[in-house]
Amino acid sequence: MQTELWYTDEHTRDVRFSMKVSEQLVSRKSPVQQIDIFDTPAYGRVLVLDGGLMITEKDEFIYHEMITHVPMAVHPRVKNVLVIGGGDGGTVRELVKYRAIESIDLVEVDKHVVLLAKKFLPFTSSKLKDRRVKVWFEEGLRYVRGKKAEYDLIIVDSSDPYGPAEGFFTREFYGTCYKALRDDGILINQHESPFYAAHQRSVRDAHRHIAVEFPVSTVYQCHIPSYPSGHWLFGFASKKYHPIGNLDEARWNKLRITTRYYNTALHRGAFALPNYVLDILREEETK
Amino acid sequence: MARSVSAKAENEVSARQRRVPLAEALDAQRINRLAHFDVPAHKGGRGNPELTEYLGARAMAMDVNSMKPLDNLGHPVSVIREAQELTAEAFGSDDAFFMVNGTTSAVQAMIMATVKSGDEIIMPRNVHRSAINALVVSGAVPVYINPGINRKLGIPLGMSVADVRKAVAEHPSARAVLVNNPTYYGICSNLVEIVKIAHEAGMTVLADEAHGTHFYFHGELPVSAMAAGCDMSAASIHKTGGSLTQSSVLLTRRPVNPDYVRQVITLTQSTSASYLLLSSLDIARRNLFFRGKQMYQQTMDFADYARDEINELGGYHAFGPELVNGDTVFAFDRTKLSVHTRDIGLAGIEVYDYLRDDYGIQIEFGDIGNLLAIISNGDRMMDVERLISALEEIKRQREKSPAGLFDHEYIDPVIAMPPQEAFYAKKRRVAMRESTGQIAGEFVMSYPPGIPIVAPGERITPDVLAHILFAKEKGCFMTGTEDMSLEYINVLA
Repeated sequence: MQTELWYTDEHTRDVRFSMKVSEQLVSRKSPVQQIDIFDTPAYGRVLVLDGGLMITEKDEFIYHEMITHVPMAVHPRVKNVLVIGGGDGGTVRELVKYRAIESIDLVEVDKHVVLLAKKFLPFTSSKLKDRRVKVWFEEGLRYVRGKKAEYDLIIVDSSDPYGPAEGFFTREFYGTCYKALRDDGILINQHESPFYAAHQRSVRDAHRHIAVEFPVSTVYQCHIPSYPSGHWLFGFASKKYHPIGNLDEARWNKLRITTRYYNTALHRGAFALPNYVLDILREEETK
Repeated sequence: MARSVSAKAENEVSARQRRVPLAEALDAQRINRLAHFDVPAHKGGRGNPELTEYLGARAMAMDVNSMKPLDNLGHPVSVIREAQELTAEAFGSDDAFFMVNGTTSAVQAMIMATVKSGDEIIMPRNVHRSAINALVVSGAVPVYINPGINRKLGIPLGMSVADVRKAVAEHPSARAVLVNNPTYYGICSNLVEIVKIAHEAGMTVLADEAHGTHFYFHGELPVSAMAAGCDMSAASIHKTGGSLTQSSVLLTRRPVNPDYVRQVITLTQSTSASYLLLSSLDIARRNLFFRGKQMYQQTMDFADYARDEINELGGYHAFGPELVNGDTVFAFDRTKLSVHTRDIGLAGIEVYDYLRDDYGIQIEFGDIGNLLAIISNGDRMMDVERLISALEEIKRQREKSPAGLFDHEYIDPVIAMPPQEAFYAKKRRVAMRESTGQIAGEFVMSYPPGIPIVAPGERITPDVLAHILFAKEKGCFMTGTEDMSLEYINVLA
């Protein structure tokens, strides 16, 4: 009988998600976190931070397309973008598809994630060398603090809020993002899942805090098979634009950007939320 | 040759300090599994499964009563004695006493071991209430030295050397001088000089080091009481040294008689001292000895960084070593992150409340014009960033004109009679708002910091009343009076 190596992501204390590992490529303890990279038969190459699954080669396109193209189809003139987290490069890969974007600042606290992604995750990191991209190795909160009305779009591409990304689910962070955005700026954030209690807690905290700081604030959803419950949310917060009211389908479709998940019909659908999610949002808004 | 001898001596100290005799004995006891027919009745947790589930089985197994192998705090002859000796060695004192009733009890023990009823004791008025409480209990009479004041920040500073010299000359029969080392805000007096003046006059020097435990373990921090030659010090290991809340230590130097000090401590200290607290002192001492320097370096780095970043925000003033003036601010404790908030039009207590209610950040205290955040090696950079960002956000969204804000924390007291006499005198209850001109029969203070705005025996001046009403209106947690709502105050009949 052959020995099998399995990686398990603990979705909750009582629910686990495991995948067979064909080879472990990286196991490194950076000053910030433990970084592991595996090859798996089912999901291809996967990145794991502090034991938690971040991205898989097989389904990362869903996450990265949805976090990027939704705001890009709404805001008519995105020139300067800030990505917080996202050291794997996947979000940047989607952003560089827009020729009108002039600059992309990527702020990643852990240099090792970027270095390892460049070496082992070419499918996400390939565009980090685009001339418009500038990578800052810094604490995200600190970077944003110094900025005032400098960005059209801020994308918070963070891990779960139980480690280095804890600070990205706080009111002070959303408030400083508000300040760093121009008058018609949009903030998109990785918003966790509404399904299991622990993640729902984060959904609630994030929405409550964002709704205080931004006049327009809602969430949209997509389906990511490798993430806890598979049902995942992003936050859409903006100073001016409405995610559906200001969706310019014709403009976006004329750009002829190749995507595997996102399209403008799905864009509309992504904001149609299940009742229990609507209840969560409403409850937090009235707190 | 001398060098190798000292290296050898150093190795011997290290080997000794590596031991935690009390914690080791407690652990051996836990493993021993004695059949217990003594208190506590939860018997290792089995008698109270709900509490065991709540606190954890290990903590419950450690919660035992004094017994032969574990020594007795009131009469230490074995492992507690050894642990106390190691603590004295680590802090550079001759003797050390473990305290389980907070630094309050250490402050009171050192005062009561030094002064008796009617004796005079020289102290700054901005002492913690525990010191004045000790005067209520002992009947000693305070000779207050008004601390220096920083007018811009509105905060009380240390005692000036000239004022100490004057008080000593005017009260030659005083028995002792008590010094804050440092104040809550991190400000130190010229301790070495004060010790010299007091000792020349035959007075004992007591240090309240409730906020100064770390001074013993990093050379860049202000001088510690024992190194400065003080006779006794109450050092709050639980505040900045890593032991459990309520555990503390009293440090003494000869000629202070340790056996007499122990008797005084025993007057009021529990005879059922918690071994959780005691073992935490033992383990914290070892940790401080070997890693203290590194811990406090990290703490200073965090605090220095936060100060620079907060000052960069504008409006706030995170004050630091620049306050040092050679006298009333002889040294500044860089681990303290104190921030003056008045210039953004908010009281410190208002910022304190916004931080907790809106941003989920709990800091140590906010008073009229300042707030204080405790920084330690247990912090993470991310949390420090959160605090800085939240302060920036509060300023961005709530800044207003400072007009109408009370501008000082400290009022020179008008003393009418000693604390004990006032505390036990016949009193009557009057409305707080109508108490001007009366002599207070009780304390009023914001807690924290716990420095009385008015103490028993002091006159309630219009300035005192305005301060009390303002602090109350701004939401300070006001304590001290019999009337929990602070609508009334007991004054002398």
